[in-house]
Amino acid sequence: MGFHLLSPSYCCGYQPSPPISHGLLRFRPVTGIPKPSPKGQLHQSRRASKVLAYYGITTPPYKLDALEPYMSQRTLELHWGKHHRDYVDSLNKQLVKSPLYGHTMEELIKVTYNNGNPLPEFNNAAQVWNHDFFWESMQSGGGKLPQGGVLQQIEKDFDSYSNFRDTFVESAMALFGSGWVWLVLRTEEKKLSVVRTSNAICPLVWGDIPIIALDMWEHAYYLDYKDDREKYINTFMDNLVSWHAATVRMLRAEAFVNLGEPKIPVA
Amino acid sequence: MGGASLLSALACGVSSSSIGAPPHSFLCPTPNRRRKSRRKVRCAPITAQFELKPPPYPLDSLEPHMSRETLEHHWGRHHRGHVDSLNARIAGTQLEEMELEDVVVASYNKGSPLPPFVHAAQVWNHDFFWRSMEPGGGGKPSGELMGLIERDFGSFERMLKEFKEAASTQFGSGWAWLAYKANRLDVGNAVNPCPSEKDNKLVIAKTPNAVNPLVWDYSPLLAVDVWEHAYYLDYENRRADYVSIFMEKLVSWDIVSSRLHIATARAAERAREDERRRREDDVEITNREAVEMYVDSDNDSEPE
Repeated sequence: MGFHLLSPSYCCGYQPSPPISHGLLRFRPVTGIPKPSPKGQLHQSRRASKVLAYYGITTPPYKLDALEPYMSQRTLELHWGKHHRDYVDSLNKQLVKSPLYGHTMEELIKVTYNNGNPLPEFNNAAQVWNHDFFWESMQSGGGKLPQGGVLQQIEKDFDSYSNFRDTFVESAMALFGSGWVWLVLRTEEKKLSVVRTSNAICPLVWGDIPIIALDMWEHAYYLDYKDDREKYINTFMDNLVSWHAATVRMLRAEAFVNLGEPKIPVA
Repeated sequence: MGGASLLSALACGVSSSSIGAPPHSFLCPTPNRRRKSRRKVRCAPITAQFELKPPPYPLDSLEPHMSRETLEHHWGRHHRGHVDSLNARIAGTQLEEMELEDVVVASYNKGSPLPPFVHAAQVWNHDFFWRSMEPGGGGKPSGELMGLIERDFGSFERMLKEFKEAASTQFGSGWAWLAYKANRLDVGNAVNPCPSEKDNKLVIAKTPNAVNPLVWDYSPLLAVDVWEHAYYLDYENRRADYVSIFMEKLVSWDIVSSRLHIATARAAERAREDERRRREDDVEITNREAVEMYVDSDNDSEPE
């Protein structure tokens, strides 16, 4: 199973089983996963069945015990293997009866968010994306300080790295209930900012670009830290967060947001 | 919370039915006249602090369905944390002198909750939750409660199914409730989620985070905590199993029945109040009409 660091979502088309009969379209049962047509996901030939877009689960870019002792293997087995997988399965089940197909995950989130009146598929879609993003926001041997461009941008927008870190920790501690804490690049204000969201909401719905995410649902930390959220958050910042992933995401974000004059080396 | 705080509550005329003051005033420091009366008291200063009440059973008595470790953390850390935060937030404000249920309703502030709300509600919710369980619980209810369940849900099994459904589909953190609704269409404090002319008394509701049915003026009868901290150590992600075991092995139907008695008595009392008020209004209107008749007859006699 592959994953894309830059766009952590993909959409694969395959025939669900049992096959769904649909009006006048002729189709024959497909036993294997057909190769995607070169013309695109929704290419329909008279012979092929109606192709519906279903989503698959992506694997974290490390083994499930790689984040020990900061995040146990058992937590990852449950968090990824049960919670994340459940969201994917539930989403696919919902999409069987829904006209929402052919979207990338990011599009699906925006569409189902429906400007603040979320459709039933939103929670599942957003949680699938959020968790993909979360696994990639961590790495074994993570934490420490950001480097280069990310550090400069943080220092510009928060005055210092420790200011940013305090803001992040405070925001996470102030979250009540289930939710997420994000370092985002705000597209309108063109600066980095810390936001916290409830339940499944993710900054994509406001058009912002997430750089780092921390899952504050209790299932993310309860086995390892019980109710000691402060320790969990600090451990994430000191030992887990992947500034490498953050750098790659910032690079991509700069293609969409003008952060200022490029640094031209003086001759 | 003793007689002294009740007295001062009466003195300032605060009660759950008279929350007419602007919301922010609850968080303003108590006015001087109350502080003066406190200083006159010779005994130790009365601080109306809420206490962390222990569950009415030992922490390991719900094993194996709910482990001692879970109770130690859930009661000893989460519940305790809310009590401490609540006391810190209401210190020196008018909320300090109110009963917990009144603090919950007042700080809910008709849907724009004030900062003490989450703590007050969670303290109340957890007290209610511990008391909804007992060692060797489960089984089936009987008597009036069973009768009402069968009337409003069709059967006990249907009610169980709906309850489990509500608990499983509460996305994120929250609670699932069985509550008694006393057919008051105007609940005043929030959108009534079950606004119906049908004479249903029992409803099942699910609420997010800290919200509870008190804010809709319902009488909660039973609650299950579906925040993940309530079941993660024992059941990991299997919330449905947790709720099933809760209903089969932990629920105290005796307590639920006694809550129902209190709720029906309260509803009957309110109905009598409403009737009395309506009769008084009728008398008033009749008197007023008598006066107007004289005025009209004067006008009628004038030529056009």
